Amino acid sequence: MSRRLLVAVCALIYFFLMLPLLVVFPISLSSAPYMQFPPPGFSWQWYERYLDDPQWIDATWRSLYIGGATAVLALLLGVPLAFSLVRARFRGRALLDRLALAPIIVPTIILSVAIYGLFAKLKLIGTWYGLVVAHTVLALPFVVLVIAAGLRDFDRSLEQAAEGLGASRWKTLMRITLPLLRPSLVSAGLLAFISSFDEVVVALFLAGANMTLPKKMFDNIMMEIDPTIAAVSVMQILLVSVVLVLIGRFGRGLRDSAR
Amino acid sequence: MTARGFWPALPALILLLVFFLFPVVRMLGFSVEAGTLDWYAKALGEGLYLRVFWNTFEIALLVTLVCLLLGYPLGYLMATTTPGWATFGFICVLLPLWTSVLVRTYAWMVLLGRNGVLNRTLMESGLTTDPLPLLHNFTGVLIGMVHVLLPYMVLPIYGAVRRVDPAIPAAAAGLGASSARIFWRIYLPLTLNGIFAGSVLVFVLSLGFFITPALLGGGRVMMIAVLIEQQVRETLNWPFAAALSAVLLVFTFAVYALAQRFTQPEATR
Repeated sequence: MSRRLLVAVCALIYFFLMLPLLVVFPISLSSAPYMQFPPPGFSWQWYERYLDDPQWIDATWRSLYIGGATAVLALLLGVPLAFSLVRARFRGRALLDRLALAPIIVPTIILSVAIYGLFAKLKLIGTWYGLVVAHTVLALPFVVLVIAAGLRDFDRSLEQAAEGLGASRWKTLMRITLPLLRPSLVSAGLLAFISSFDEVVVALFLAGANMTLPKKMFDNIMMEIDPTIAAVSVMQILLVSVVLVLIGRFGRGLRDSAR
Repeated sequence: MTARGFWPALPALILLLVFFLFPVVRMLGFSVEAGTLDWYAKALGEGLYLRVFWNTFEIALLVTLVCLLLGYPLGYLMATTTPGWATFGFICVLLPLWTSVLVRTYAWMVLLGRNGVLNRTLMESGLTTDPLPLLHNFTGVLIGMVHVLLPYMVLPIYGAVRRVDPAIPAAAAGLGASSARIFWRIYLPLTLNGIFAGSVLVFVLSLGFFITPALLGGGRVMMIAVLIEQQVRETLNWPFAAALSAVLLVFTFAVYALAQRFTQPEATR
């Protein structure tokens, strides 16, 4: 009886969570010249407008390669960091652990303003690599959390066996440790990519005239609510769905890292 | 492994020092550049700005409370249902979590506006005659923020409920305890850690929220992050923005440190 009530309440909460994602689909296919619900008819016009506008396409490409570069850099820095934090014992390890996770806790607005101040001085505003560096700072905690969780569950006897059979440390790392960690690596890389691809606050300050997709969306929302954004939103939701499916298929389950 | 194991962390440490710690400390330094604490006196002394801090605190508290009320049933259901339904639950929680905040904020504007989907539906069904003011006010910000932050509450609670040994509630039920009693006497005390972790995370993240109040508040709901952005971009008052940032940062860390003191370290880790 009370279980049925619980299920009913949760159904409403699921609806609340999914409603904003679902509502953009019909709007993106509307034939009305402005936001209207329910849509009076069907048309692809907002998708066409997105595809025909070089500004939107440029912004999309820029966000894609900035996200890709962020994922690569965050993995290159974050994986060794996670190894040190989980496996090594050195003075200041607890401090380093806190520093690595601090970008989650420190409000993004503070980080954005601070990096904006520094980059303005270094003339890095509007450069794509400046944005990659800033996004890597934000993505690093995700990489560390996911990889560290993977390492904690790692069966080290496999490494010991490899080394006992004469493999060098390097060879053990490349042939045993990293392949076994692949699910965690996939999840960490995809999460780093998405965190950069979606990121807007840092981009508002650092992107300058070179818009990323979220910054272009922000500017459009501020100026006019035009259903082109609905079309962009639908594509963004589909991309996230694909990434989540990839994580579910090839990555370490998000469920395990949720703890 | 000993100190040797530190070296792999060095490149990441350099990144964090140069592009995280240094810029933040440098920026906070602007607030005392003049050698006085005048900017702090302004931030904490003038009623206008004190109100913004108070507003932020109030909103964060309310968002945390609503997230807890919605997040507990959801986390509990997901942890105690069949694997198939649990997966469905994870999709409903994780898909919004990783969808851009902008997409969701835009969607709420479409839903909550005067001519939005909700007001249309309500008026056409005859439940209301005039559009309800849902956007560009406190209600809109609250709805938008709860939507963004709810997953951060659900996941720790889900984890905590999962760790409860199912034999305990089963034994209680076998001994005749009602489901309400099982909840109050078994689940609630055993999942306090998860409730606490989720609440602290949601509260701390709320304090620094920018996009949602900026877009859904329509300039009428002032939170501290919005004020900082205005000081930097519109008035170019860096020292004052730095002082506001310092206050926000100290408050955030204080909440976090206080929370850690009260959390028992989990035996499993």
